[in-house]
Amino acid sequence: MSDDGDGAAVPAIRRVAGTGVPLRGDDIDTDQILPARFLKAVTFDDMGEYAFYDQRRDADGELNDHPFNEYQGANVLAVNDNFGCGSSREHAPQGLMRWGVEAIVGESFAEIFQDNCKSLGIATLAVDHEDAVDLQDFIEANPDAGIEVDVRAETVRYDGKTVDGDVPDAMREALLEGIWDTTAVMRTNLDRAKEVNDSLPYTDD
Amino acid sequence: MSRGTLYDKVWERHKVADLPNGQDQLFIGLHLVHEVTSPQAFGMLRERDMAVAFPDRTVATTDHIVPTDPEGRERPLADERAEEMLTHLEHNTEEAGIRFFGLDDDRQGIAHVVGPELGFVQPGMTVVCGDSHTSTHGAFGAIGMGIGTSQIRDVFATGSISADKKAVRRVEVTGELGDGVGAKDVILHVIRELGVDGGVGHVYEYGGEAIRSLDMEGRLAVCNMSIEGGARAGYINPDETTYEYLRGREFAPEGDEFEERKEYWESIRSDEDAQYDDWVEVDADDLAPQVSWGTNPEQVVGVDEPVPAPDETRDPEAAESAQDHTEVTPGETMEGHEVDVAFLGTCTNGRVADFREAARVLKGREVADDVRALAVPGSGTVKRKLEAEGIDQVFKDAGFQWREAGCSMCLAMNDDALEGDEVCASSSNRNYVGRQGSTEGRTHLMSPAMVAAAAVEGAVTDVREFDVAESVGDPDADADAEVDA
Repeated sequence: MSDDGDGAAVPAIRRVAGTGVPLRGDDIDTDQILPARFLKAVTFDDMGEYAFYDQRRDADGELNDHPFNEYQGANVLAVNDNFGCGSSREHAPQGLMRWGVEAIVGESFAEIFQDNCKSLGIATLAVDHEDAVDLQDFIEANPDAGIEVDVRAETVRYDGKTVDGDVPDAMREALLEGIWDTTAVMRTNLDRAKEVNDSLPYTDD
Repeated sequence: MSRGTLYDKVWERHKVADLPNGQDQLFIGLHLVHEVTSPQAFGMLRERDMAVAFPDRTVATTDHIVPTDPEGRERPLADERAEEMLTHLEHNTEEAGIRFFGLDDDRQGIAHVVGPELGFVQPGMTVVCGDSHTSTHGAFGAIGMGIGTSQIRDVFATGSISADKKAVRRVEVTGELGDGVGAKDVILHVIRELGVDGGVGHVYEYGGEAIRSLDMEGRLAVCNMSIEGGARAGYINPDETTYEYLRGREFAPEGDEFEERKEYWESIRSDEDAQYDDWVEVDADDLAPQVSWGTNPEQVVGVDEPVPAPDETRDPEAAESAQDHTEVTPGETMEGHEVDVAFLGTCTNGRVADFREAARVLKGREVADDVRALAVPGSGTVKRKLEAEGIDQVFKDAGFQWREAGCSMCLAMNDDALEGDEVCASSSNRNYVGRQGSTEGRTHLMSPAMVAAAAVEGAVTDVREFDVAESVGDPDADADAEVDA
């Protein structure tokens, strides 16, 4: 996984293989993924235990049959439309990642959420509605079956079949080349950034 | 691809380099920082032994976790985790040399209120913040984008983000807004028409008669909720309304410099013959005040219009589960739907004009029995101005709690939260399940005037049926004079 300590040795991510966790529903927002009250922390360290915290519990606070309780150990999350909409909080993908998610297959993703995934090296693959639902159905019927997200080929493979999808170009390049942590590469252009700063009419305030 | 739009021009002016991932490195003209999404970024920067590259282009305030109870702002804060976050921000901004509006500064408030009102945000800028409502600043003709914490680290380290250009959709809002109908109704209506994911892959350029007629505070409310429609940013071309708002602001240019800067502002306006990737028209003529009935911001209806049955909506399954949660009845209007809480404030509607609008409704009236009503100014500056005008007294006389500035009950990271299954008439931007601090709580989004009317009636009400005061307080009162007195 990411070495976000000193920015060195960012690994390339070509494929994610493992088992799946299905999560049905459109427009699942980041408030659901990571409730606001758990944002009161100055590190992301504990976010794994807060992923879908409220959905995972019943009225008495006992763990229910939410997929994040039932599919422990899975690393490929299967979702539907507009996943991760709402608040920009990186705590949400951090929580998913620390729970174990390494790739997300879904119909579409909110953009800030997708950018955050890119920053963390989590692959997102957009597939058609039917393909997303088929994958969710398959995982529910075969919770232990292998699933492979191929970033280079932009496919998800399971049950002997290959489904085409779309990984955004920048995310694909970033993951394949191990440049998804963009601080270092942008830092090499710092002089140019200073030139742009100096060229702008409003920066002498 | 779009050509000749403000978005294209501002992007070109701020582009630093092509990155190997195919994206552009985009220079950031203003980075707004708050306590919740920044400490981890400062931590990552420290681990890499890097300094903040452009502290002068960075402004910090504290908003999400701050108590709004005037009694509760003594340091250390009673909430230890909130105190820790605030302490981190104080330490981090001091070390990096970043201007910080803390609790001891009477200009403290919500980042998206403070940035505009102090004149930091200007046309033709790129603005980012670790908060999705950074789209707010598009009201000035800036490109405002919400970012995550790793990107905050990038901005600290390089003054830039890695980003790709979106498609530009012109959202032409036609028609004339009637009495009692304003900016919040316009944007709720736009989101209802285009969907919560309608803007994915796009930025929205708002234009048309209904948009032009809005004052800056209304435009800020419209652009604020662009993200609720899935658009990464939303903007309005700058015009005389924009320039007049900026004139005399504390951190805006003055005198000749202002006139020189205006040339840049004019130069980045979308060309008459600009090309857009998409163009949609939304009619706001005869628009009724809007109210959300569900659990996302497209589940909205005019106050005098029946709530749709699930199978009449874009997503029947989501509508059914939303109606189950909110307990609204399809076929009936939202009018008469009882509320327990009225909440005025937030980065959407926490500005002076929003409170004036609500005060016109509240003047001479009282909040209904059993309704808990909170007025939370978006900043200390807003609060002082309202107090100087005498508007605070209208709220107090009506039975509203008059609070200090902060994000408050929008996302309930402080003590302001819904309890149990309370129903809230809210001027905020999100009605997600659990958003206001209780998983059983229900949020109905509406304009400040509609929140005031709901507070008085104890139920959702069509504010057009109220006799409202012509004006309230003295709009020319000088806030600074009041403070000195």
